[in-house]
Amino acid sequence: MAQVTFPDSLLGLTAEVREIEVPAANYRELVLALDKRFNGLSAALDKMAVAIDGQIYQDAFLEPLQVNSEVFFMQRIEGG
Amino acid sequence: MAEAVDYKYIGTRPVRPDGVDKVTGRAQYGADPILPGMIHGRILRSPHAHAMIKSVNLSRALELPGVHAALSGADFPGGIGDEAIGGESGGTMSDLAKNVMARDKVVYHGQAVAAVAAQTPQLALQALKLIEVEYEVLPVVLDVRAAMQESAPLLDPTCITKGVKPEPEKPSNVVSVTTFNRGDVDEGFEQADLVLEREYIVPMAHQGYIEPHGCVAQANEGGAATVWCSTQGHFEFRAATSKLLGMNMADLKFIATEIGGGFGGKTVVYLEPVALLLSQKSGKPVKMQMSREEVFRATGPTSGTYGTAKIGVKKDGTITAAKIWMAFEAGGFAGAPTGPAAMAVFSPYTIENFKVETLDVLVNKPKVAAYRAPGAPQSMHAFESILDEAADELGIDPIDIRLTNAASEGTTAPYGPKFPTIGFVECLEAAKNHPSYKAPVPEGAGRGLAAGFWFNVGMQSSAEVHVAENGTVTVVEGSPDIGGSRASMCLMAAETLGVEYESIRAVVGDTQSTGFSNVTGGSRTTFATGMAVVQACEDIITQCKSRAAATWGVDDDQVEWEDGHCVPKPGVNAEVKPLSLADMAAAAAKTGGPISGRASLNAQGAGASFSVNFTDVAVDPDTGHVEVLNFTAIQDAGKAIHPAYVEGQMQGGAAQGIGWALNEEYIFNDDGVMQNAGFLDYRIPVASDLPMIDCEIVEVPNPSHPYGVRGVGETPIIAPLAAIGNAVAHATGVRINELPLSPPRIVAALDAAHKA
Repeated sequence: MAQVTFPDSLLGLTAEVREIEVPAANYRELVLALDKRFNGLSAALDKMAVAIDGQIYQDAFLEPLQVNSEVFFMQRIEGG
Repeated sequence: MAEAVDYKYIGTRPVRPDGVDKVTGRAQYGADPILPGMIHGRILRSPHAHAMIKSVNLSRALELPGVHAALSGADFPGGIGDEAIGGESGGTMSDLAKNVMARDKVVYHGQAVAAVAAQTPQLALQALKLIEVEYEVLPVVLDVRAAMQESAPLLDPTCITKGVKPEPEKPSNVVSVTTFNRGDVDEGFEQADLVLEREYIVPMAHQGYIEPHGCVAQANEGGAATVWCSTQGHFEFRAATSKLLGMNMADLKFIATEIGGGFGGKTVVYLEPVALLLSQKSGKPVKMQMSREEVFRATGPTSGTYGTAKIGVKKDGTITAAKIWMAFEAGGFAGAPTGPAAMAVFSPYTIENFKVETLDVLVNKPKVAAYRAPGAPQSMHAFESILDEAADELGIDPIDIRLTNAASEGTTAPYGPKFPTIGFVECLEAAKNHPSYKAPVPEGAGRGLAAGFWFNVGMQSSAEVHVAENGTVTVVEGSPDIGGSRASMCLMAAETLGVEYESIRAVVGDTQSTGFSNVTGGSRTTFATGMAVVQACEDIITQCKSRAAATWGVDDDQVEWEDGHCVPKPGVNAEVKPLSLADMAAAAAKTGGPISGRASLNAQGAGASFSVNFTDVAVDPDTGHVEVLNFTAIQDAGKAIHPAYVEGQMQGGAAQGIGWALNEEYIFNDDGVMQNAGFLDYRIPVASDLPMIDCEIVEVPNPSHPYGVRGVGETPIIAPLAAIGNAVAHATGVRINELPLSPPRIVAALDAAHKA
């Protein structure tokens, strides 16, 4: 079960749920599962970066998730 | 710390390949191309900081002989939606369109309202005076605190603040609020032996690139067009221009010229769509170049901020709680860098209880754009200043208090994930052991120290590597070379292929001749594009091994690549001579044709970069002049591919940060007109203002990059703001929490302190 944490900016779409456990083998499965739980969330997630076990992905897709992977959604960073 | 690796080419300092053309004036910058029949475009800018546009009449300008085209916002295709544009700004295509050319309203002084193209630049300026614009002038709001009041004039009457609950019913100038929380700050402050709370103000400042925005656009009758421009990302300029003009992107070719600085400010289009539309209308190539005054008034500065910081600390230096509230000026359109400001501010430290709140606020000033580590200099100035004051109060060395709280591998970053391998502690220890830190503070001077942090990013890059018939190599990258990427790409190619640096050249391909690459920005190019170059070279090695195997009559896996040669693996029964890349190239016609490699990727695993800066300054109490006696910049680069370029980034960032700390600021009159739109009055540091910036590169390799690169361009601008402020405080005994620390501000603060 991936341990997922949402930032404040997403709580309006997750009915104030900040943390959730989701069974998923990879990032794509995770997003599908989250969208099923929180209708329309995937559109917002598409615009965010995600940290999986400390590694930050601007555009994750099929990245594998481990049994206890920590997943944090966060604002995309670009820089100057 | 990871083991040091000996490289043959990486870490050396070859002469920069673009240097001769740049110092002799041959290098072609954005406005340098000259085409047959070329005419000149100029922009009419709003004389008001806030007004409705009632009408624009171009007819008199078009009647002037020698004028070939004129346009206003009505000439651009409508229907530009609220699609988000890239970066942390959070802006939309619709706002970008209005920033390129106003439609029904202007929201800052200098916003583009109309444009002409004429035979000469002088004629174009004359034509601008013939354009008739009728305005309905509106009240102006310039200060973020005033802009947040209920009675403030609204820049966008449809703006409902995002990120607060319940959602407001009334519109305001506050576009959004970003918050991060951990633990219980109130309880954390109760645990502290010392609690401080202060206000901090940082002014709006410009990136100050030496080359103004410039471009040449040529449209043909068939609908195709070519644009030469000074840009940090020609692919993204192509995409934005095609959307703003409703053009088929396949018809557009963008060529990135040499660039005289960008620092984030050349990641958005201003002139290019205008020049191209003027070219379409006139049937002639159009050159456009901003004056310095236009650069200041109408291109992205970075946000000025007003904020408060609070810190709780135990006697041993442990931070028990921290709080930041900061309002950022967005300018006339939404998009201040509030997210990264909030995410970065506490990142160097392990803090159990914190709260950060940053606000994106509309004011009648130019729309902000990215500037090195967007948002972090402002927020970290506040925290690095109050942390230093706490260290003073507790009698703790500023390095020791940071070491006590320093983030390291496994620390949970304020934005959620655990840090992988990072080098903040190594930077602090390097500072502590530095001869300049061990040396006594000069008589009468003050020493200040501060830290910096930036995430760094990867994103998409492409590269091709072509081997010529004699074994020399051409690297084609899609990233404009701002800070020396061509040399760095050549060094990584040389190391990977095992061939001499001198036999490799790198070029920046245009949008039709190489694969997509995101902007050169975010400290990503050496990391991400470098990764693409390494993979493209590995592609070549694989091909060479296969060709050598075929030549020798052995299996592919019986060949290995060693120091630039194909050799049989130990134990393989083949009495053959090693084949160099040149040998392979010479025989390429018989083994499958020219040898080329390519790679396109979305680079993951960018490594965060930390810095520590310290400086000694002397302050003249009579004039308020601050003399920077010495300045030491220490930063974790992961691995410095070309150390001289890394030092150049560190020195450049330090110079910009020192300028922001001491002199740089936008000064507006009450009508929102910038009063110092030129380098005489907007005072960036010149060589005589600064000591040699002493650099120490710390190398804690990033395990996600083949050579350990982290990226270095953003972090260096952050620490100087607080380092200078802390040094001035120690030199004078007075804390001044508003930047810049200009002579009048220092004199006023010292006078006030003496009276008190």
